[in-house]
Amino acid sequence: MLLSAQDLTMRFGGVLALNQVSFEVEQGSITALIGPNGAGKTTAFNCITGFYRASSGRLILDGGEEGAIDLLEILGERFKAEDFIHPAAFFKRLYYKMFGGAHRVARSGVARTFQNVRLFKEMTAMENLLVAQRHRVNHNLLAGFFKTAAFLKSEEAAVAEACKWLEFFEILEDANRLAGELPYGNQRRLEIARALCTEPRLICLDEPAAGLNPQETARLNAHIRKLRDQFQVTVLLIEHDMGLVMDISDHVVVLDHGEVIATGSPAEIQDNQKVLEAYLGVAEEGEMRL
Amino acid sequence: MKSALKESGMTALIAFLLFGPLSGLVLSGYGIEVHGFRPLLMAGLVFVGHLCFTLFARSSLGREWSASVFGRRDGGVTVARGERGHRLLIAGVMLLAFSLPLFLSKYWISVAILALIYVLLALGLNIVVGLAGMLDLGFVAFYAVGAYGYALGFEYLGLGFWAAIPFGALLAALFGAVLGFPVLRMHGDYLAIVTLGFGEIIRLVLNNWGSFTGGPNGVRVPAATFFGLEFSRRAKQGGEPFHQFFNITYSSAHKTIFLYGVLLVVVLLITFFVVRLRRMPLGRAWEALREDEIACRSLGINHVTTKLSAFSMGAMVGGVGGVFFAASQGFVNPSSFTFFESALILAVVVLGGMGSTVGVIVAAIVLTVLPEILRDLASYRVLAFGLAMVLMMIWRPRGLIRPQRPFFPIKGSS
Repeated sequence: MLLSAQDLTMRFGGVLALNQVSFEVEQGSITALIGPNGAGKTTAFNCITGFYRASSGRLILDGGEEGAIDLLEILGERFKAEDFIHPAAFFKRLYYKMFGGAHRVARSGVARTFQNVRLFKEMTAMENLLVAQRHRVNHNLLAGFFKTAAFLKSEEAAVAEACKWLEFFEILEDANRLAGELPYGNQRRLEIARALCTEPRLICLDEPAAGLNPQETARLNAHIRKLRDQFQVTVLLIEHDMGLVMDISDHVVVLDHGEVIATGSPAEIQDNQKVLEAYLGVAEEGEMRL
Repeated sequence: MKSALKESGMTALIAFLLFGPLSGLVLSGYGIEVHGFRPLLMAGLVFVGHLCFTLFARSSLGREWSASVFGRRDGGVTVARGERGHRLLIAGVMLLAFSLPLFLSKYWISVAILALIYVLLALGLNIVVGLAGMLDLGFVAFYAVGAYGYALGFEYLGLGFWAAIPFGALLAALFGAVLGFPVLRMHGDYLAIVTLGFGEIIRLVLNNWGSFTGGPNGVRVPAATFFGLEFSRRAKQGGEPFHQFFNITYSSAHKTIFLYGVLLVVVLLITFFVVRLRRMPLGRAWEALREDEIACRSLGINHVTTKLSAFSMGAMVGGVGGVFFAASQGFVNPSSFTFFESALILAVVVLGGMGSTVGVIVAAIVLTVLPEILRDLASYRVLAFGLAMVLMMIWRPRGLIRPQRPFFPIKGSS
């Protein structure tokens, strides 16, 4: 189990955006999170990737050698009364309060893309990918100033890694163009490539097919499959394109009004009465299918 | 042609109505004199001028011209295309800069020192505003910290010129970090207001904490020394002054030339560092942060420490500028560090092109040397400044020199 969300609840004032949402993402799977507009999909995404701090619940990521990582802890939780008796717990919480945040979640292996593409528009595609490789490059200022061998080697390795992903997404010729100038489809792919440069264990794609034409969607489909099969990356995606979802996902989680109403394989979901109702209102005829 | 005549006629009519009471009725004693000819002349001038302008604008030449002037409003960021043939130019400029003292008078060398100090300040602010995208209206605070770091460091700790450079730099960096920490959560306008406040606080503290800083009377700053050799006519405490040691005749210009040389070396080092920074992970992270903070966080970049590093690095460069300012003036007081200075430095960065190192350096030199050349028009300085700003925003919103992105050669493709 790579990621497990347990009783995840998110409250915005009086609005209950997520209500005790529990689901799991298998290692090496493609899991889709679907649901009608306003169901809480993006909220769930933001909780997982650390951009929102869930009101309650648990989010556990299997960190490989590092063991289980509590994603909510590294965001910096509120102090609890008992912390003041346990100095170790207090300092741990204080540390994460000062230095924790969404970037910690990203460093522990959860990468994401955004619904509306968020590239560094006035930087080249290559630079976009280099920024993402903070774990690989040499941060020593003096090494960079004097261009030491170690620095040049690390930069070269980062460029090579970036090229690998640009090639994978067939946008290598765009490497030295400004990200903001690229055609929309390429921008989307560049954003996924950038997320992959952080070497994630789990990549969360927020509507990757939005705004793509059918050919581009088909290519995206192939890319996502290849990611799982060749690079053993686990994928969690939100998508409205049901063709894509049913085609590539191994496991589907359906949200409606902040609650999980169904989980299962694509075939099971297609036949699920509750899901049909959530999408189409109460179905009148049995033969309506997604 | 006909429509142009008609249009010009209408404009002339409006001009006549406008100029009629303005220049046609003249108060004389208790009566009013009516001058019918003046407004007619004005209207005639407007008619001819408008006709010429419209005809020019409609001709093919005029269209081309206006397209070339008003049409270039692209984003302005370009990617460097591999070639790096500027080495010769850079070497030439460096040679020229180092040989300046040979043919400039002492006065012009001190102008050059001022220009280089502004280059330092602009480079520092460029890190904060141009690279990291944080609008800082109180940059003069770090300039003041550097200058007072030298002055008070000498007074209370006995620091000399050479020790003051790192001391001033570190002190300014520390102030930058202290200011940066609480304001990192703010963006844009809010950040600008907080930094504006910080700049004023520093100045007011320097002004009012008389027992420590000397208040408005300022502090005397010792002159720079050449490895312990003083530049005065007679050394204090039996030491040997510079001119005796090297057996040359005394000249008061030695000190200025020496300061110029040191400052030039420091400016070159810092320029090189800033240029390198843009191809280093930290510089890239700053620029990424300017482009999109949320995306940065999603890539594992700690936005707090990254912003903090930009703030203190910029402050550090500003602090070094302050030390040289104090050394060149021989005296500091709070009136040198007003908001106007912050605005001036910001204007330099904006005019030069935010994020463009070369542009910022050129703008800093132009904006400090030009007022010296045009001394006679000194009172129009700010007016010209404002006009330049407006014109720049229309034609070159991204600054004199467009920011360039580094080019990465890709193996296996041209």
